Amino acid sequence: MSKNGNPIIEVRNITKYFGSVIALNGVSMAVRSGEVMCLLGDNGAGKSTLIKTLAGVHQQSEGEYFVEGQEVHFDSPRDALDHGIATVYQDLAMIPLMSISRNFFLGSEPTKGSGLFKRFDVKFADRVAKAEMAKMGIDIRDPSQPVGTLSGGERQSVAIARAVYFGAKVLILDEPTAALGVKQAGTVLRYIAQARARNLGVIFITHNPHHAYAVGDKFTILKRGRTFGTFTKDELSREEMVRMMSGADELDALSHELQEFEHADKLHGEGKMSEVDHALAASLEEGESLLNSKKEQ
Amino acid sequence: MATTTVTQEGDERLVEASLLKRLLSRPELGAAAGAILVWLIFAIVAPTGFLSLRGTASYLEVSAQLGILAVAVSLLMIAGEFDLSIGSLVGFAGATTAILASQYGVPLYLGAIVALVLSLAVGFLNGYMVIKTKLPSFIITLGSLFIIRGLTIGTTRLITGRTQIGGLDDYAGYDFMRVIFASDIPIAGVGFSISIFWWLLLGGIATWVLLRTQIGNWIFGSGGAPQAARQVGVPVDKVKTGLFMTTAFAAWLLATIQVITVKSADTLRGEQQEFFAIIAVVIGGTLLTGGYGSAIGAVLGALIFGMVKQGLVFAGVDADWFYVFMGAMLVIAVLVNNYIRRRAEAARK
Ligand SMILES: Nc1ncnc2c1ncn2[C@@H]1O[C@H](COP(=O)(O)OP(=O)(O)OP(=O)(O)O)[C@@H](O)[C@H]1O
Ligand SMILES: [Mg+2]
Repeated sequence: MSKNGNPIIEVRNITKYFGSVIALNGVSMAVRSGEVMCLLGDNGAGKSTLIKTLAGVHQQSEGEYFVEGQEVHFDSPRDALDHGIATVYQDLAMIPLMSISRNFFLGSEPTKGSGLFKRFDVKFADRVAKAEMAKMGIDIRDPSQPVGTLSGGERQSVAIARAVYFGAKVLILDEPTAALGVKQAGTVLRYIAQARARNLGVIFITHNPHHAYAVGDKFTILKRGRTFGTFTKDELSREEMVRMMSGADELDALSHELQEFEHADKLHGEGKMSEVDHALAASLEEGESLLNSKKEQ
Repeated sequence: MATTTVTQEGDERLVEASLLKRLLSRPELGAAAGAILVWLIFAIVAPTGFLSLRGTASYLEVSAQLGILAVAVSLLMIAGEFDLSIGSLVGFAGATTAILASQYGVPLYLGAIVALVLSLAVGFLNGYMVIKTKLPSFIITLGSLFIIRGLTIGTTRLITGRTQIGGLDDYAGYDFMRVIFASDIPIAGVGFSISIFWWLLLGGIATWVLLRTQIGNWIFGSGGAPQAARQVGVPVDKVKTGLFMTTAFAAWLLATIQVITVKSADTLRGEQQEFFAIIAVVIGGTLLTGGYGSAIGAVLGALIFGMVKQGLVFAGVDADWFYVFMGAMLVIAVLVNNYIRRRAEAARK
């Protein structure tokens, strides 16, 4: 694991205009293998715009973009994929009425035969989709069932499994835990840790400071299209991070969420706890005491 | 979230259950049931005409003419777009071939090739406009429906002074064209129009493309969630443009079959066919919203159309009632489709 090696992807002074809207204004950031970089910031801060630029959906108006030290210009998501940059979008890139295995391979279909008789290898697709999902601990009984029948967490897992299977070097996740219940969010966080363990670079966008602190190694904070800088876990205490992400007043709103977490923690307590679980639990306790101390004031 | 390990026994039960479920969740199930029902009804009320080989050949030919369009339209609709211009294109392609032969002495097969190139260009233009303007294809192709029809009638009248061009069998290349586009294939002494084989061939190819090729996956993706498909690298715009050209090709094929069969071109030919094609496709289980559907369904939808149209004749019912029936079928089909789709989505476990 080369946490201190050269960045796999790096952007310098990226600016992005949508007409007269300045979505990004001189953003710089780097991600290394085996590292989870959390991208934090309020709604409209430009997080999705930044990762869509990284993923080749948008082209930056100004600034430079390097992949493994080489400057690149992506014209399409295909270009980014070919460079090993895989993205799981906030507005999930899944087609509800298509089967799991067809979704899994959409855009990169396995084929057999050649020439006029080149065809989509359905059996292979079904087998691989099932196997890859099983690796993530999800047993899909029938890979030909429509994706629309899966739960939110399972859909996120299909998207993550797909990215990992296609040899992603960098995995970009835009709010993968946003729509999820506590338990499923925990599952997704575990995949993130798993991806890091496989030496992928991960960019993880979330509004939830506890999710971020549980798996993040570094934190980049965006505000109105500008970066506040990148911090390592040592440099940024949970408290500071929470305060940067949300005004102190908004902390009360977290209270309800935290109670849910505590509950989930008890549910989890029975089984063997992984590293992530511990980190999650620890972060929760910290958040709890933070809240309590605030209430006392 | 299911994290149980599946036992051998569990897996085997799954296979049986899912086969049945897969069959039940196929989009064309409703159309297959409908086709059987319609056949049974006419077999009972008009057995002498309807059940005869000659009767069968006649309703299959009617089905084939619509089915050639419907198969192409089903692919386009699965990709989330409409093409209302195909009816006008039928008139356009036929008139082009006939004008070239009658006024300029171009052999029919060369004229047909020119008509094909022009038709494909119109299809390309439809696709290009839809993609560039981002307007609904319904609007763009509604525009082309009138533009093409108007141009066809206007130009034909300008050049020939009429709107119909007859006597095509006098021109060079007719016999050769007849073999490919208008011959009858005798089965048990009855001639079956070659258009029936064109129809089934197209249906077979379309089904294979949809279910067994990469492009098929892209077609579903382009219609189901174009943005999502784009993000994983599907060339959505190319897929859609290609399918507009496919519907244009189908219109040309039908035009050529008709022109050669009746030995004349009429600028009004193909009128309303765009709507009947959509009805056949919807009866076949394709969703109006795209992303879900079947080419076999379109074949069956066209079969129902032909059986009803000819069946009413055999039953001695006034042809006016045909419209009532098709309209009702459309509405029923949409209701059934919605039900089946909900089943498909619920076909979990
Ligand atoms: N395609 C677009 N056209 C015009 N403006 C856009 C476009 N995409 C994003 N923006 C604008 O850019 C800004 C940043 O949006 P972005 O989606 O990147 O925010 P975000 O940080 O992802 O927010 P959220 O947390 O709500 O997802 C917003 O003001 C948004 O309105
Ligand atoms: Mg966003």
